[in-house]
Amino acid sequence: MTEVGKARKRKEDARLLTGRTRWTDNLRQPGMLHVAFLRSPMAHARITRVDVTGARELPGVFAAFTGQDVADEQGSLPCAWPVSEDIVIPEHPPMAVSEVRYAGEIVACVVATDRYRAADALEAIEVDYEPLPPVLDLEAALAPDSPKVHEAGNQAFSVKITSGDVEGAFRDAPVVIDRTYVQQRLIGAAMEPRAVLAATDGDSYTLWTSTQIPHVLRVMLAMVTGIPEHQLRVIAPDVGGGFGTKLQVTAEEVLCLLLSRRLGKAVKWTESRSEGNMAVHQGRGQLQHVRLAAEADGRIRGLQVDLLADMGAYLMLVTPGIPMLGATMFNAIYKMDAYEFACKGVFTTKTPTDAYRGAGRPEATFAIERIMDELAAELRLDPIEVRRRNWIKHEEFPYTTIAGLTYDSGNYEAATDRALQLFGYDKLRAEQADRRDRGDPVQLGIGVSTFTEMCGLAPSRMLGEANYGAGGWEHASVRMLPTGKVEVVTGTSPHGQGHVTSWSQIAADALGVPFEDVTVVHGDTAISHKGMDTYGSRSLVVGGVAVLQACEKVREKARRLAAHLLECAPDDLEFAGGAFTVKGTDSRTTIQELALAAFAAHNLPEGAEARLDSDATFDPVNYSFPHGTHLAAVEVDTETGQVRVRSYVAVDDVGTVINPLIVEGQVHGGIAQGIGQALYEEAVYDAEGNLLTATLADYLVPSAADLPDFVTDRTETPATSNPLGAKGVGEAGTIASTPAVVNAIVDALRPHGVRDVPMPCTPERVWRALEGGRA
Amino acid sequence: MPRISVKVDGIAYEEDVEPRLLLVHLLRERLDKTGTPVGCDTSNCGACTVMLDGKTVKSCTMLAVQADGCEIVTIEGLAANGSMHPMQRAFHEEHALQCGYCTPGMVMAAIDLLRDTPDPSEEEIREGLDGNLCRCTGYCNIVRAVKRGAQEMGQAVKSS
Repeated sequence: MTEVGKARKRKEDARLLTGRTRWTDNLRQPGMLHVAFLRSPMAHARITRVDVTGARELPGVFAAFTGQDVADEQGSLPCAWPVSEDIVIPEHPPMAVSEVRYAGEIVACVVATDRYRAADALEAIEVDYEPLPPVLDLEAALAPDSPKVHEAGNQAFSVKITSGDVEGAFRDAPVVIDRTYVQQRLIGAAMEPRAVLAATDGDSYTLWTSTQIPHVLRVMLAMVTGIPEHQLRVIAPDVGGGFGTKLQVTAEEVLCLLLSRRLGKAVKWTESRSEGNMAVHQGRGQLQHVRLAAEADGRIRGLQVDLLADMGAYLMLVTPGIPMLGATMFNAIYKMDAYEFACKGVFTTKTPTDAYRGAGRPEATFAIERIMDELAAELRLDPIEVRRRNWIKHEEFPYTTIAGLTYDSGNYEAATDRALQLFGYDKLRAEQADRRDRGDPVQLGIGVSTFTEMCGLAPSRMLGEANYGAGGWEHASVRMLPTGKVEVVTGTSPHGQGHVTSWSQIAADALGVPFEDVTVVHGDTAISHKGMDTYGSRSLVVGGVAVLQACEKVREKARRLAAHLLECAPDDLEFAGGAFTVKGTDSRTTIQELALAAFAAHNLPEGAEARLDSDATFDPVNYSFPHGTHLAAVEVDTETGQVRVRSYVAVDDVGTVINPLIVEGQVHGGIAQGIGQALYEEAVYDAEGNLLTATLADYLVPSAADLPDFVTDRTETPATSNPLGAKGVGEAGTIASTPAVVNAIVDALRPHGVRDVPMPCTPERVWRALEGGRA
Repeated sequence: MPRISVKVDGIAYEEDVEPRLLLVHLLRERLDKTGTPVGCDTSNCGACTVMLDGKTVKSCTMLAVQADGCEIVTIEGLAANGSMHPMQRAFHEEHALQCGYCTPGMVMAAIDLLRDTPDPSEEEIREGLDGNLCRCTGYCNIVRAVKRGAQEMGQAVKSS
C-alpha cells in the first residue's frame, strides 16, 4: 500500500494530547539548581559597577556572577555567516562585561535552590549604568555624526549585486515606480518560552534545550566554551514551536553550561514570556527602497532594490545572512532584463535580529508583490493581468532568473487559475464596484500574491559560495531490527512539523513495511550523531530524501541477502510489498525474515556484515522553489480604520506531498503568521530604546477570533531536484499572506487616494492613511 | 506556611505552600503535573488552563492558596479508563495540534466552551477560544476539532 500521499493522522499526537510531554522545563536532574538572569533595563549604557554580594547572602542562593566574573571563559557568541569581505563582527559576550547595547542584555546571574529564590535574589543585585545615546533609526545610524553601537561604527556590511544593464532599463522607461516599504520588527513568540537544563558528571556535559538545532548547537558550543565536542551531548526534547527563533546559539545556553561547569551541578533556566520578548532574537526589520521600470504594457524592464537591514546590537548565528536570503528573491516569478540588489546591514541598540519564518524571503516577496500592484494601478490593469504579462510560463522551466537562480519547475498559471476559481474573483470584483458606487463606508479590497521562494536550504556548494559556515546536507540512518520493525534516525529536529509521521510514511513505502512498524528518533546528539537540523523549509526536501536514500540502501542490502538465501542472482528478484520474489516463481522471502536472518548471521553472503541497516547523507543539487497564488478579500471600515479579513484562498504548489494533512496544517499556520505581520504584530521601541511590547498583552499574536477560515488547495508540479519531488512548505504561507492582505487593504482604499498603509495595518494607521489620502 | 488541600486528577493532596506560590507551579513543580505548561506571564496565552471545580482558570494567574479545598482537573486527568476524552480525540482526528504546547489549555477551553454552548457556530468557537493562543495551526483545524468534539459529546449525552 502506498503511504506517501496519504493523510495519516500523526503519531506524535497522543502524548501531546494527554500531557505526557517532555518540554525542557518539565525535566529535572538530581540536585538541580535554578538560574535567573538580570537584564539591562537600558538600551545603551556603560556598566560602571555590578555588585552581587547582596544576592549571594540570601537563603537558598548558591552563586551569583557578573560578566566580569566569567569574562575569561564565556567566549563570544558566534556568527556563522560573514556575508561580505567588509563585514564587522563585534565581540558578543554572553553576559555583558563593560557595555550593554540593548534592553534585555544579560548583566548578572543568580543560581539558587528554586526559581522563586533565584528571582528574589536578582533584586539584591546592584548595577550602576552610565547612559549612552541609543541608536534606533536605520538611516540616522549611518549618518557620520551618529552615536556608535560598536567602536567600528554602525555599518555591519555592505553588499551589491548587479545583473544586466540596470541603468539602461530605467533610462527612458515609460513607467518608473518608486516606493519605500518598512518591514517592521517581529517577535516570533513560539508558544513554549525557551528553557535550558545543563548537567555534568564532572567529565562530560548534557544540555537539554528548547532548540531547533541540537547538532549545529553542539558544534558551536564546543567552539565557544572549549568543552570538547565529544564530551558534550545536546538534546532537543519536546520543543514547543520555533519559527526560526530557536535557530540560535544563545547566551543562556552558553551561560548554563558554564554555571554547570563551575558549580559541578545541574542548572535549569526557564524564560518568562516578557523576558523572552526582550531577549529572543527578532525577525524582519528592513527599510526597503524599491524602484521598478516597466514598458507601457506592463512588462518589467528592471528592478532596483536598496535595503537597510536592522541587525540589532550584535550579529548572531545567521543575522547578516537573513537579508541575503532575499537577495535573489525580489525578482520573484517575473522575467526582467536587469536587476540590482544593494544592502547594508546596520547596527542598532535593539535586540539582535535573525531568522524568523521565511527569513529574508517574506521581506523580498512583500516588496515585489506590493510594487506589482502599484504598477497595475499606474497602468489601470488588473493586478492578475500585470502578473500574467511578466511571470515565467510553465513551458519555460527550467528557467534561470535575472538573479542567477535556476527554477527547476512550476506552473504559476495553473495555481492562479485554481485560486481565482475558488475565490470567486469576478463576483468579488463586482461587489467591490457596487460598494464603491454606493459609497459604502465599509469598502471591499482584493489582494493577490503570486509568490515563490527558495527552500530546501541548501546545496553545500552554494552555501560555500555565499560564505556560510556550514553545509546544507542532511543525514539519516535506518535499521531493520531483528523482529522486523524499523528505526529511522534523522538529523532533522522537528518541533511541531510531524516528521515522525511523514518519515514513517517514506520508510514504510521504501521498505514495504507497515506504517505502524516504523519509529523515528531525533533530537539527541548521542543517538542522532549527525545532522543539520530543522529550518528553511529543508527538513523534507533534504532530510526526507536522506531517509529515502538510507531505506533504499537497506533494501539493496536485503536484496543481496535474499539472493544468497534463495540461491539466485540479485537481479532475478522482484521487490514488492516488503517481499523479494524470484521472478517467475513463488520462491520468496520478506524483509522482516531477512532482518532476522541478518541478526542471526548464520548464513550470510561472502563478505557481508551481520546487519541490515544503512545510512545516507543527502546534499541537494539545487534549492527547491515552492510557489502559489494567495488571494485575500478584506473589508475596511473607512470610518474607523478597522480591517476584517473576510475570505482567504491559498493554492500552493509544494511539489509532491507526503502527507496532505500536515501540509495543509503548515499552510494554515503560515498564513496566520503572515496575517499577523500585516495586521497586528510589531516590536515597538520608544525613543529611549525600551521595548514597549514586552508582554503578550502588548504584542498581539492573533487569536482565533482575529482570523477567518482559510480555503486551501494545491497544484502539484514535482521538484526535479530531488527524488521525492518535494519542495518544502514550512514558510510558504507566511511568505505569501502578508502582501496579499496589505494589497487587499490598499486595493480597498485606492479610490480614497491611498497607495500604501504601513504595517501593521492597525485601525489607527488605516485611518491616518485615509486622512492623508483626503488631504 | 499555609497548608492547603486540593484534589488533582482524582488524587487528594495536602501541601504546605508559600502564599505567593502560583497554582501552576504547585501543579508542575510540587505535584509533578507537568502536562500543564506555562506560555506567558500576563494571562494572555491560556496554555496553563485547567478546570477548577468544573470551570476553566488560567493556573498562572491564581495562587495555590486560592485553590484550597478545590478539585482540579488537568489535561492528564481527562482521559477515562485509558481512552481519550472526545475532545482530545477530535484534536487528533482534525490535526488540530502541531507543536502541542498550547494544546492542553486549548482542549480545556474547548470543553468549557461547550458547557454553555453545546452546539457552537464557527464564530462562537472563535470568540470562545479568544483567550487561548496557538502559533502553529492558524486555528482552522482547532475550530474543526471543536465542532467535531461538540458533535461527539452531544451524541454521548443523547445516548446516555
